[in-house]
Amino acid sequence: MSNDRIVIIGNGISGITAARHIRKRSDAKITVVGKESEHFFSRTALMYVYMGHMRFQDIKPYEDHFWEKNRIALKHATVSRIDTSLKRVDLSDGFALEYDKLIIATGSESNMFGWPGQHLPGVQGLYSLQDVEAMEANTKGIQSAVIVGGGLISVEMAEMLRTRNIAVTFLVRENTFWGGILPKQEADLITRHMREHGVELRFTTELEEVLAGADGRVRAVRTKSGEELPCGFVGLAVGVHPNIAWLKESATIKTDKGVLVNEHLETNVPDVFAIGDCVEFHKHPDPQRRNIEQVWYTGRMMGETVARTLTGERSAYDPGIWFNSAKFFDIEYQTYGWVRNKLQDGETEHYWEHPNGKTALHLVWNAESRKFHGVNSFGFRLRHEVFDRWLRENVTVDHVVKHLHKAAFDPEFFERMELAVRASFNAKSKVTA
Amino acid sequence: MSHSDHSLSIAAPHSGTLDGPQKATLALAALGVLALLVSLPMDTIPHAGLWLTGALLAIVVGVLGYAWRSYAHHPAGIKNNGVWHSSLTSRGAMALVVGVLLTGFYVVLYFYPQYLGLAAEGKAKTGIIALFNPLSMLLSGNPASQWFVYGTLYTVAILSMGTKFILKYRHNKYEVVRTLSVMFFQLGFAFLIPELLARLSLPYNDFKNMWPLNYSFFDDWNVKGLLDAGGFGLFMLLFGVAMIFLISPILTYFYGKRWYCSWVCGCGGLAETAGDPFRQLSDKSEKAWKVERWVIHSVLVFAVVMTAALIYSYLGGDSAKGFWLTRGMLLGIIVLVLGGVGAVLLIRPGMVKELNNKVRYGAIAILAAIIGFTAYAYITGGSDIFFVESYPLRKTYGFAIGAIFSGVVGVGFYPLMGSRVWCRFGCPMAAVLGMQQRFFSRFRITTNGGQCISCGNCSTYCEMGIDVRSYAQRGENIVRSSCVGCGICAAVCPRGVLKLENGPSPLNPLSGSARGLVSGRVSSDPIAIGKTGATLR
Repeated sequence: MSNDRIVIIGNGISGITAARHIRKRSDAKITVVGKESEHFFSRTALMYVYMGHMRFQDIKPYEDHFWEKNRIALKHATVSRIDTSLKRVDLSDGFALEYDKLIIATGSESNMFGWPGQHLPGVQGLYSLQDVEAMEANTKGIQSAVIVGGGLISVEMAEMLRTRNIAVTFLVRENTFWGGILPKQEADLITRHMREHGVELRFTTELEEVLAGADGRVRAVRTKSGEELPCGFVGLAVGVHPNIAWLKESATIKTDKGVLVNEHLETNVPDVFAIGDCVEFHKHPDPQRRNIEQVWYTGRMMGETVARTLTGERSAYDPGIWFNSAKFFDIEYQTYGWVRNKLQDGETEHYWEHPNGKTALHLVWNAESRKFHGVNSFGFRLRHEVFDRWLRENVTVDHVVKHLHKAAFDPEFFERMELAVRASFNAKSKVTA
Repeated sequence: MSHSDHSLSIAAPHSGTLDGPQKATLALAALGVLALLVSLPMDTIPHAGLWLTGALLAIVVGVLGYAWRSYAHHPAGIKNNGVWHSSLTSRGAMALVVGVLLTGFYVVLYFYPQYLGLAAEGKAKTGIIALFNPLSMLLSGNPASQWFVYGTLYTVAILSMGTKFILKYRHNKYEVVRTLSVMFFQLGFAFLIPELLARLSLPYNDFKNMWPLNYSFFDDWNVKGLLDAGGFGLFMLLFGVAMIFLISPILTYFYGKRWYCSWVCGCGGLAETAGDPFRQLSDKSEKAWKVERWVIHSVLVFAVVMTAALIYSYLGGDSAKGFWLTRGMLLGIIVLVLGGVGAVLLIRPGMVKELNNKVRYGAIAILAAIIGFTAYAYITGGSDIFFVESYPLRKTYGFAIGAIFSGVVGVGFYPLMGSRVWCRFGCPMAAVLGMQQRFFSRFRITTNGGQCISCGNCSTYCEMGIDVRSYAQRGENIVRSSCVGCGICAAVCPRGVLKLENGPSPLNPLSGSARGLVSGRVSSDPIAIGKTGATLR
């Protein structure tokens, strides 16, 4: 096993985490094939390169000498085909890599829903390094842009464009922002903040068609209601799907929307594993979660899990307590446990918002048992370890509120938000009691 | 910091061009600088008081107006848009120009003060020094010197750029309080109090500026001056000694070296305010870290050796000058201090284990050499310790470290190497406090579970060149001797991962882990990333 040749397709967070942990635990020969870039970079940081906060080299988490030092061979190439019977990966540059174990970690691609004009110059999604480079070129000298979406990537795009003083009109299909995930209170808070940053949001508005100008570039979009919005750029941020089109030729590996795996991240072909965004579980180990998870953190966990399996400790993917975070312009968001966009059966809630309108905390629990279910936090940093422990230990919401100071993670001298949260929670409890 | 470059040393907060009010306020500041420069070739300055007031006001109002226009009308939050697109803040042509001007200013200040109007002894000063006369007369009752000009400009820089910084980080109370602190210490302790002391005919003293940063503290003339100034002079001398050996270790134990480096110190104050637009230029490579450790500790050794040699030479033999401290006693103190360090290492072997071999042997070699030299000097009774004449040594230190390193390179290279070149590579005070912070402090930067996305904002904006991300993405606390606790890594983190904390004592065996003095502080609890017991490390 220590002489295994392990080939990892994809050098994103999943593939690289797998490579690093395999190296920590074994002497296997590791090769990582990456198509976007020679070295691993933080995909979530691409927006900062466009905004001028960092250069591309700054978003590479490891110095270039790291890979050789840790004997992780990098191959900057595209895979054209996998032959699982010969255990061989063919690369587009004509080379081939033989493997004993193969990990597929090819991430996502932007969704395109077949809108007329979606391939015009100046229309694009945002996922890859190449997308950011394209965005740099596509937004040069333009005055206004339209973004179609309503999730995390669309708000990133809006923020990026606003740093260049480009007017942004944001088309959201639902009647609130990120309506599939955020409760209305939070969606409204973020909506207000985006408007403060000059973003024009249009809810229940859908894209019908992208219109070309005389130069062949995008000139405007037309909405389903027939309105025409002139713009020099269209950002399509309507979600992503597993990047597996390239795999269809290697018909032996079963796919549906993503590469199908069991809870051990094993595909139907022995010695072939899949991790990260490109994975679709037959049945997710956590019934609360979807079978396709496209999150930085889950990709990292899958990478670590598969590394254990490949180094002799067969492990099931067990992501534990759900957590996530994001930043909407200036407002940070963290979530632990489950706060759904609408209360589930038997749930009740407490939503507290600071008078500044930018800081908020949303607690959800079971009305009867008072068991704590989850928290959404805006502009108030919370300690991951503490909430993780509380959720594992099934504490009550009263325990959470009483001990909230233990979870506060804001910098020194900051207003102690937990005091206001506690006061409002207790006041409401008294009223209802 | 020269005001001739003040208007230029401001990063455009947004990509693209400046708007009308921004241009106007910058022009006003530039006009103020020009008004100062015009005085350079003049022998006498008509209406100097009015002129100076007008010029400084124009600079301050210009900078504040620019900052107001740039930040106040945008929602509070991180303002790093376009930092790497702007020529000034990304080592472009503008940066080179500003670097050359700043460097030139320091060269003139240190080596050619006659161009600033410094005249021969007894003759009236001219040029910009004469321009500052009214203010100097007002404060201390003495005519201005080139150092008064420098001190005034330095203070104006910290105050105006500090206000700009506060506007920029107004959403972050830690940054606001910390910046008010450096502004207060610069204005009060570095600028006003010494001038008032002069008015009272007391020796110059900047209470917060301690040895070894203040390398002339133990100079013959300074010690004599303090001793000759009666009870208050003696107090200043004792306070200076207490700062080094008592107050600073205690404060560093509780709060880390930040209490000094980013809250009090003047060099730090300038770096955090006027230098803020350049913090991202520090080198984050492992290689730079290696160089840093060698260079800064070499400067510390240089400072200690130079000072010991100096004191040794001007002290007489036993009771020779009728002064209580004698050479024999000094040697005794040196041996005692070194013995103390040795004893600590024996009591806390865990600390030694954390050092790598090169460092360990280097430290042992230096200790052995100093003890050897000391013993030799004691036996032979010569007036020089370490076989070198102390005054040339002192002069070399003043030139190479005091002027070139801390001034010309330290500030002159802001636009090229970042704002903390001196603090990171050169400052012996930072080296001393850094060792205390690394081994004996409750201060650490904690990371928040598994929330890191490895984006790199923390590392990029670390002015000390610490690769913060390399710790954060492993869920490891950051305990680095060079960290000045400016808090910017925590501020720019988009996922709320970093927090500056004064945690439980590393000296308390119950609080940390039993593995060693520091490990309990460095390795936090396993990260919650899913499977119980699975960690990111």
